[in-house]
Amino acid sequence: MSAALLLLADGRFPAGGHAHSGGAETAVAEGRITDAATLAEFCRGRLHTTGLVAAALAAAATAGADPLALDGAADARTPSPVLRAVSRRLGRQLLRAARAAWPSPALDRLGAARPRGAHQPVVLGVAARAAGLTPLDAARATAYEAVSSPATATVRLLALDPFESAAVLARLGPEVDAVAEAAEAAARRALSEGLDALPAASAPLLDIGAERHAAWPTRLFTS
Amino acid sequence: MHQDHPEVFPQRHTMSASGGGRRALRVGLGGPVGSGKTATVAALCRALRDEVAIGVVTNDIYTREDADFLLRQAVLAPERITAVETGACPHTAIRDDISANLEAVEDLEEQAGPLDLVLLESGGDNLTATFSKGLVDVQIFVIDVAGGDDIPRKGGPGVTTSDLLVVNKVDLAEHVGADLDRMATDAAAQRGGLPTVFTSVARGQGIEPVAAWIRERLARKAAGAA
Ligand SMILES: Nc1nc2c(ncn2[C@@H]2O[C@H](COP(=O)(O)OP(=O)(O)O)[C@@H](O)[C@H]2O)c(=O)[nH]1
Ligand SMILES: [Mg+2]
Repeated sequence: MSAALLLLADGRFPAGGHAHSGGAETAVAEGRITDAATLAEFCRGRLHTTGLVAAALAAAATAGADPLALDGAADARTPSPVLRAVSRRLGRQLLRAARAAWPSPALDRLGAARPRGAHQPVVLGVAARAAGLTPLDAARATAYEAVSSPATATVRLLALDPFESAAVLARLGPEVDAVAEAAEAAARRALSEGLDALPAASAPLLDIGAERHAAWPTRLFTS
Repeated sequence: MHQDHPEVFPQRHTMSASGGGRRALRVGLGGPVGSGKTATVAALCRALRDEVAIGVVTNDIYTREDADFLLRQAVLAPERITAVETGACPHTAIRDDISANLEAVEDLEEQAGPLDLVLLESGGDNLTATFSKGLVDVQIFVIDVAGGDDIPRKGGPGVTTSDLLVVNKVDLAEHVGADLDRMATDAAAQRGGLPTVFTSVARGQGIEPVAAWIRERLARKAAGAA
């Protein structure tokens, strides 16, 4: 475990995440998240679907796969246009923070090739590499983000007791680790077998919810 | 008599993907909800738009209301006004994690530029919310007399450190029993010589000193860049 990983995974790392709920705002509004137990179920679902996919993309980027090819693979695995745009916007924001924290030619090249933003997990993977982290580190940070973002947002949306939210995240810890390890293994396979070996799990309700959310006239979170 | 902050255009590390080049003076407008930030932005646009190219970034907490208000008032062409969604936490978006706002400014300059001046309105927040120096060159803090005439005395980062303090809605002073002299004395004591202006923006009064202050900043920036 390295301090650089703690920084990269810190919710206060200035990379734009605070404005996003990871789909929790829709789920709260539609009655799918109502308390700590349903928050845990929501997080578990996100972790094993888009969380796994994002973690594998990040690990592959850290392992040295071509970021632009990974960016295409991320597009193919993100059916919702709204979520594709969100991921690129967060990628652009993360790139800015990462270039300040861990200056590197690889981050500069990615910014030049995708000035409007590459997908966030891809940027995170390249940033992790620039920070001297491992593919498993990148997968961990990404898998953790998949659950921490909705958990943090739910504290604000439902006024959920913050200790309960922290306990949900702690109980999910072993699953987050397991997903990160599976993601790293998939990333290794992708390096030898090609990017099609990356997981493509999806959560249709997250996609549909994100599309609906973007059309709301009033909302607390950007996504 | 007053003095200004010595460091007017601090070094910035915005790490933008696009390159440097000419960029607009960025002025942040912060302050509590309802103090008159949007009204001040609208008045400044009207006062300055024939002299300089202006863009506006609003930070709406959960709607596009401020941007829509400015659009309805037609203070600027629509492509000069953009809104940032701040995710329930307006002070984070202007201070701790400025990336979305930086992007909005850069996109404005790219799409509607070149601009001379970008006004960034924060989502209304409490008295501690100030703009990061990574985001703006100078900041104006807008309070109003109806919020309590003890606000200057209580201080806080917005009141004490903003480059310009605007005390708005002086037309309401007699109705809410606010003592303007006391507010002026307290502000002077808290601000160590930094300027304070009293306005009644909705009545079209007092915006000229604010506009003149911005003109002065623009001139300094031009002189520094030359
Ligand atoms: N009486 C009075 N009302 C004002 C003045 N300036 C703004 N207002 C009103 O105060 C309300 C809030 O103004 P707004 O600019 O939206 O505040 P913001 O939340 O700080 O952006 C609106 O109804 C304005 O019309 C003023 O100088 N005097
Ligand atoms: Mg406003």
